[in-house]
Amino acid sequence: MAPHKRVSIRNHTAEANLFARRAFIALIGVVVMLLVLFSNVYNLQVSSYEKYQTRSNSNRIKLLPVAPNRGQIYDRNGVLLAENKPIYGLEIVPEQVEDLEATVSEISDLLSISDEKQEKFFKAVKGKRRFKPVELHSRLSDQQVALFSVNQHKYPGVVIEARLKRYYPFGDLTTHNLGYVARINSRDANKLESEGKAENYAATREIGKLGLEKYYEDILHGTIGHQEVEVNNQGRVIRTLDFTPPIPGKDLTLTLDIELQMIAKRALSGKRGAVVAIDPRDGGVLAMYSNPSYDGNLFVHGISNTNYKKLLSSKDLPLINRTVQGYPPASTVKPFLAITGLDKEVITPKTRIYDPGFFQLPNVEKKYRDMIRGGHGWISLQRAVEKSCNVYFYNLAYKLGISNISEMMDKFGFGEYTGIDIHEESRGVLPSQGWKRARYNQPWYTGETLSVGIGQSFWTVTPLQLAQATSILVNKGEIKTPHLLKATSQTTYLPGQEIPTVKVEAEPYALEDRPPIELKDNKNWQIVLNTMHSTVQKLGATAHNAFKGHKYDAAGKTGSAQVTSLGEDEKYDASTTREDQRDNAMFISFAPFDNPEIVVAVAIENVAKGGGATNAAPVARQIMDQYFGNREIVSQYKDKNHPNHDAHFGISKAGTE
Amino acid sequence: MHAHHQDQTKKLDIWQKLHIDLPLLLCILSLMALGLFVLYSAGGQDADLIVRQGIRLGVALTVMFIIAQIPPQFFQKWAVPVYVVGLALLVAVLLVGTIGKGAQRWLDLGFMRFQPSEIIKLIMPITIAWFISRHDLPAKLGNIIIAFILVLVPTLLIAKQPDLGTSLLVASSGLFVIFLAGASWKLIGSCIALASAFTPIFWMFLMKDYQKQRVLTLLDPEKDPLGTGYHIIQSKIAIGSGGLHGKSWLQGTQSQLEFLPERHTDFIFAVFSEEFGLIGVGLLLLVYLAIVMRGLWIAVNAQEAFTKLLAGSLTLTFFVYVFVNIGMVSGLLPVVGVPLPLVSYGGTSMVTLMAGFGMLMGISTRRRFIAS
Repeated sequence: MAPHKRVSIRNHTAEANLFARRAFIALIGVVVMLLVLFSNVYNLQVSSYEKYQTRSNSNRIKLLPVAPNRGQIYDRNGVLLAENKPIYGLEIVPEQVEDLEATVSEISDLLSISDEKQEKFFKAVKGKRRFKPVELHSRLSDQQVALFSVNQHKYPGVVIEARLKRYYPFGDLTTHNLGYVARINSRDANKLESEGKAENYAATREIGKLGLEKYYEDILHGTIGHQEVEVNNQGRVIRTLDFTPPIPGKDLTLTLDIELQMIAKRALSGKRGAVVAIDPRDGGVLAMYSNPSYDGNLFVHGISNTNYKKLLSSKDLPLINRTVQGYPPASTVKPFLAITGLDKEVITPKTRIYDPGFFQLPNVEKKYRDMIRGGHGWISLQRAVEKSCNVYFYNLAYKLGISNISEMMDKFGFGEYTGIDIHEESRGVLPSQGWKRARYNQPWYTGETLSVGIGQSFWTVTPLQLAQATSILVNKGEIKTPHLLKATSQTTYLPGQEIPTVKVEAEPYALEDRPPIELKDNKNWQIVLNTMHSTVQKLGATAHNAFKGHKYDAAGKTGSAQVTSLGEDEKYDASTTREDQRDNAMFISFAPFDNPEIVVAVAIENVAKGGGATNAAPVARQIMDQYFGNREIVSQYKDKNHPNHDAHFGISKAGTE
Repeated sequence: MHAHHQDQTKKLDIWQKLHIDLPLLLCILSLMALGLFVLYSAGGQDADLIVRQGIRLGVALTVMFIIAQIPPQFFQKWAVPVYVVGLALLVAVLLVGTIGKGAQRWLDLGFMRFQPSEIIKLIMPITIAWFISRHDLPAKLGNIIIAFILVLVPTLLIAKQPDLGTSLLVASSGLFVIFLAGASWKLIGSCIALASAFTPIFWMFLMKDYQKQRVLTLLDPEKDPLGTGYHIIQSKIAIGSGGLHGKSWLQGTQSQLEFLPERHTDFIFAVFSEEFGLIGVGLLLLVYLAIVMRGLWIAVNAQEAFTKLLAGSLTLTFFVYVFVNIGMVSGLLPVVGVPLPLVSYGGTSMVTLMAGFGMLMGISTRRRFIAS
């Protein structure tokens, strides 16, 4: 009973008052602390709202780059030369597959996928989030695609992914012109970075490595697009918020005629050599083929080591673009020397010299021999070109001197880049006193001037330079820079559409041309052109046989270049000479004579028999026959899907009429 | 009018017979309902999660109801043995307890796992209230010192597990009794001064590295945004980006896209703030304030010193949950594992809390009996 008694004597009122006071103080404390909490949240949600909203958005919103489609490339007639073809890869999303190992092994059995690829796949799976697709096979064959499609329902989480890859339908026929694209390597990436283009390439896998693909990379590539997506904390895409479509690269229409290109390939088959055909009226390159060639498609998918080694070690050097590689021009330079002689008034069209079969410098024993023992006797400029008389041109060169020659040859573009729109061009060598001093630190010898007179000595020219110089000749001094690109066109997105609509706005393409060559007397152009005309037209002239029966009034000049030097009295015999030391065959030509539409230059290496007349001239003839003949349109190559198919064709017709 | 008044009295009597304090129950139920909504959003709209939490809430309400039927004098009578058993269990945990999440908190009884520190949350205020109320208020210094020791022993045992959050709650439930019992301001002042002086020693010798890390993270979470600072940074982003009106229910990107960790348990306040904004936060705090006010009203109107002290301590301890959780989630306090009461997903602490509310209701509904 004691506790009860104690309770009864307690001062309940005082205790209650004390407690009430303390409870009230506690309540004030609670209110204060609630205010602290509230003001802190106020600070976050109102004062710093912008900051946290931005951070919240940057948490969840990511920009995914979308690669633009690369521009396609067409020949002058609208034949597709470079396209973007879908290739099919097999991808697996690990989290959607119940038993990954079993699934992979089943699919691998079904599609015969190598163990190596499976191992690579499992390695890749480990390093990735489970919802990100991992590639099991990067290039399924059509058969594999079909086989898998039939069985796809059995494998949820396994999908076929289509991706666009560059494809060159004509393979090796166009590689030396188009070049190719290949995977962006670290060097490309650094270059893009330093040029400030890296951002535009964020989603791009390939870049132009050679030829037009490289030269016009910026035009072909296009502009990157963006997909704005919402992601979760693991980076999984939840939904798309916004889409800025990429702007595809511009399509290129070339001056190239794929049919001429085919003829060139056929004509050069089994030979090492090059053909360049130019429309002298505008410098557009009609054909430009180097044999042997190689398939640029190999590089698009990453060439295998063995294939690459094969290309590198082939003694035919297929990787070299012979159309822009230097060759001794030999007698093909004679018309250009003739122009020089006439302009410097060293000779006149009537000048005749006596050719005893050799030429001797004053007070020098050495005889510079003609091709024909006994010589041509009395010979004029016209016959000297027709017959390719060396003695006449030794004499001419001697009279001109090296300075006059190199000065004029420089105007014709020898020893200089033509400015064609590929980067692989070489300059060749135009010898001069200054050049020899710089190159060998030696003085110039008069004997070397004689060799230059017949296109030998140090002189090398590219088939492209030869074609260009011939164009200048037929244009009577006017210079049109050779080029492969005729026009570009843009595929555009119409507003509100996600699929591109093709809207072609052909932009005519022109390179800057150099100033023309001025002669003292413009009649001299025609005189030299006449000599080339009769070289083809006159019975017994060097190129007559090759063009027997043609109907388009061609003109030309042959050349046979010694690759190795012979002794003074040595006679060249192809059958006893090592293959790689046999003569090169050269030829330049144009037609029709009165109003030239096409210039063709040919170079063939180490011919077994004969020279330019029997080896190179027939090649040029085949090209011209095709050009002037009943040109059947190879409609099977036309891109039926190209909406401006007719427009392209229209351009081509306008160009050739 | 008269009839109406009578009717109301009669109604009140029904709740009183059931030992239910209606205002308190309404506040609790509204918080629970709100909690289910937020949980549905935070848990990725997982219906199972809601069902499981609903069952827990049912269990907790039942526990509250049962406890409310027990007269407070029963707890008073059994205070000492229960305290001793509680201490024994805490020692047992340290000796043979099972380890989970890096701490030794559980006793495995074979058929169930049991967390003695949760029981201590209730035993502590009962014991101290019993001890203090044996004598007149205000409590004498000697008794206060003894009470301190009674608080300190279980607190340290829990801190040793380590479970900083629970030891904090246990300590405060005891200290609130001492405060409400009228400990002199001089004593309170010198205790605070002593505690401040003790802080550096506490920091250097007693705090574990991970605990120090939590404090440092609080001061500068951006120092390690993907590591220790990640929780608090994402939580602040969630709250801040909610703005005044919030992103609306189920639309909180921080929570829906899973940037926010622990979003249905300890960090559920961030989910709520993101989706309901400052207006929602204000209302939530008002509900909590209402519960505190009702609890203190019950305490002030209780008839005996023991029930006054017990009711007051339970109420204020409840508020400690609120303050520590919201403070931690909004970046004011270091991260300690304290749930947002009645809202966070989780069973154990919910049952303890509701048992506490059961005691409050028991006290609230018995004052008239004693008065008559």
